[in-house]
Amino acid sequence: MGLNLTAKISMAARWHAVAIAAVTASILLLGSFAAGARADTSRGLFNPQQFTLGNGMQVVVISDHRAPVVTHMVWYKVGAADDPPGKSGLAHYFEHMMFKGTRTVPEGEFSKIVARLGGRENAFTSYDYTGYFQTIASQHLDTMMRLEADRMSNLVVRETDIAAEREVVQEERRSRLENNPGGLLGEQMSSAQFLSHPYGRPVIGWEHEVAALSRSDLLEFYDEHYAPNNAVLIVAGDATVEQVRPLAEKYYGAIPAQEIESRKRLREPPQRAARRVIMRDPRVRVPSWSRTYLAPSQTAGESQHALPLQVLSEILGGGTTARLYKRLVVEEKIASGAGASYRGSSKDLSRFYVYASPQPGGDLEPIETVIEEEIAKLLVSGVTEEELNRAKAGMVAGAIFARDSLAAGARFFGAALAVGRTAEDVESWPQRIAAVTAEEILAAARHVFEERLSVTGLLLPKQGG
Amino acid sequence: MEAKSVVPVGLNCFRAAMKRVLPVMLVCVLSLPLASLSNAAPEILEIKTDTGVNAWLVREPSIPIISVQIAFRGGTITDPVGKEGLANMVSGLLDEGAGELDSAAFQERLQELAIGFSASANKDTFRISMRTLVEHRDEAFRMLGLALSEPRFDPQPVERIRQQITVGLNRDAENPNRIASHTWFAKVFPDHVYGRPNRGSVESIAAITTEDLAAFTRTRFARDNAIIGVVGDVTPEELSRLLDISFGGVAATAGAITVPETMPSPEGSVTVIRKQIPQSVVTFGLPGIKRDDPDYYAAYVMNYVLGGGGFTSRLYQEVREKRGLAYSVYTYLYPYEYSAIYLGGVATVNARIGESLAIIRAQIADVAENGITAEELERAKTFLNGSFPLRLDSNAKIARMLVGIQLDSLGKDYVQRRPELINAVSLGDIQRIAKRLLGSGGLTIVVVGDPVGIQNDG
Repeated sequence: MGLNLTAKISMAARWHAVAIAAVTASILLLGSFAAGARADTSRGLFNPQQFTLGNGMQVVVISDHRAPVVTHMVWYKVGAADDPPGKSGLAHYFEHMMFKGTRTVPEGEFSKIVARLGGRENAFTSYDYTGYFQTIASQHLDTMMRLEADRMSNLVVRETDIAAEREVVQEERRSRLENNPGGLLGEQMSSAQFLSHPYGRPVIGWEHEVAALSRSDLLEFYDEHYAPNNAVLIVAGDATVEQVRPLAEKYYGAIPAQEIESRKRLREPPQRAARRVIMRDPRVRVPSWSRTYLAPSQTAGESQHALPLQVLSEILGGGTTARLYKRLVVEEKIASGAGASYRGSSKDLSRFYVYASPQPGGDLEPIETVIEEEIAKLLVSGVTEEELNRAKAGMVAGAIFARDSLAAGARFFGAALAVGRTAEDVESWPQRIAAVTAEEILAAARHVFEERLSVTGLLLPKQGG
Repeated sequence: MEAKSVVPVGLNCFRAAMKRVLPVMLVCVLSLPLASLSNAAPEILEIKTDTGVNAWLVREPSIPIISVQIAFRGGTITDPVGKEGLANMVSGLLDEGAGELDSAAFQERLQELAIGFSASANKDTFRISMRTLVEHRDEAFRMLGLALSEPRFDPQPVERIRQQITVGLNRDAENPNRIASHTWFAKVFPDHVYGRPNRGSVESIAAITTEDLAAFTRTRFARDNAIIGVVGDVTPEELSRLLDISFGGVAATAGAITVPETMPSPEGSVTVIRKQIPQSVVTFGLPGIKRDDPDYYAAYVMNYVLGGGGFTSRLYQEVREKRGLAYSVYTYLYPYEYSAIYLGGVATVNARIGESLAIIRAQIADVAENGITAEELERAKTFLNGSFPLRLDSNAKIARMLVGIQLDSLGKDYVQRRPELINAVSLGDIQRIAKRLLGSGGLTIVVVGDPVGIQNDG
């Protein structure tokens, strides 16, 4: 799901490459599900069951007994956008430190136990939330809950671990960004779009700010944000709500609630001018053009436009049958790839993303011209019923296919609850997508596709060598 | 191995939007462990259709979908000399029009009916993956049949996909992970088809004709060459009928594959490719072990301990946890049909990559010399036996496993037998295989970046 996803999600990736790939795939699936949708309305989609512990921790159980396997996740309602000013990367760095042991469980022991039980684990940090998960044989759910609850309040943060892990985080930054000009441009485009709001800073943090983070920063962050009333527990797979409830009460319910400050983030001033970011790098062999438009999300701005924008992103750029690909790649033959994406799942304002890459030897100017033509055409004529129906059919079916993955369901609910949306919201998504009209799409397009709301990014080879 | 570059960074959606830019090299899903909970092993039904198609089915009625995985033997290793990248190019064109449906009509129909359809080519096999809602199964299997037996290869889509592959190759020319991997394969398989990049070169892609594409589909897509796994809400009788719709028009027998057995040279070498990037990206490796080798399971367990075991492996602990030298460090066994490699990777800031490599060398030497401890062996067994069934948590994954078991001729009872195979591995077995794999030759190392203190050794 492109920039949205890539800008927002920075995995801890403690796994070797295969595991990273697997986890990434599940996030991508989430993206395509959320971006995309048809309704099997008779039985509900995931049929989640919910309750709240006495200390305020929310719990969602998604039963699926196909295999004796369970995915156990804890999502904290804190992410990179909650990093204090000047301390970018703190949420992500802290996520790494959560694997360093507690007062009762020595360093590395949690991972050893997970491995001994045949389980898999990882964690991820995005702008709006931080999540920890294990997938394991269902009889070990009890053990996972005990260990995960333990590190919610008993973490030990040692100076020696901090030093080594900081280097790991900086290597992660080099792998993802410094070694990759496309990644660096994406980072610059986010900064250009969000002047004040923390979505303008990278999840992984600026290198110099990460270098200056201290043990007390980490501890303070932990104290302020890691508490049961700031967390969501998701159990998906071979478990019933009757099994989960007593375990959740025993382990998580024993941790006292604490005062959590509401998430106060700097507000973004109105965008009044289109912004243009040009990056030249000798490593660029294939130039690319991309543009983001500041857009509402499902929980911020004029959020009634969010679902129509999801459908619109499918019609405009969801694949080889979409408008941009057809026009730029198939008809005009000026691009080798083109598309659009929008999820609108962020807590605060989101972005609608349009992009293309030229044919070998081709320029970016004609690409920009034709994409602007397509957007102008859309603003006048809207979308056709045929396009609308095809897009919606694919998106709704995507929701059914998503049921094939334990992790996918868990992620939909975790990501929604962590930003203040509800489980009902996720569950009703296919019906709401199916109800989107061409008029709503036109209104949403007119709301978003204003030149002054845009950031255009050009990735170019370095001239003269 | 490509997986390490999967981490979504920056403008990755450019890649997603292009169809054929990511080569698929996840060859041996199945050589990963299988295990306990075998009581929960899905019941595998064997199917032989009227036209002679064989398939394995696991019925899963709880979700109204059907997942289909197909492998045809003979992937990029069958690409003719000078036409490297042919199999991959076919994989990009399989949904670009077939039968009465041109490119746009084919893709719109897939989207309308929400049929997921994709193809990929790795070294040993050509893969097709399809998923459909039960209600659209007839049309899904019909369209699969059209793609297999009546692909159109119309000039416009052929040129389009050719351009996309070319753009992907150009982009990769500056991608350190790709450079490291391609260089490594070329180095260890200098005169063998395994040394060639799966997607070919700009020149070889330019040389591919429509007739080459059609010839590939005629010779590879055959009933006796299709390994099929299906999981979903479908009965054996119904699946048999559907598969005959898909395979009715393909040849009965596939063309022969003539690839010589080979093993990478055990000489070892260090190759530095200078690039002005802050972090050196390294691919390293050794000759590996084939899937049917009696010591395969010993090697499997050993690899888990050395570098395959996620957060607990020796390399992860020594390179990452203790010293913060890398975000990712790993090793894999890659058994191929006609060869085998043992591959690893790491990326460290230029100034310290030498330290990472010294630690990796020392760990490899230690395991070669001393094997592993009894405790490590026990931990590996419990993980490998416990984790396998956990990976079978979706229809699509089970379907892939069904294909893998058949490809490697492991037998229908493999899921049940696997724990014994793992448990039978002794410390002595590990010693023997460690000496053989790790102790007999030097590492072949490719470093891409601006490493300090590392030189080409020829």
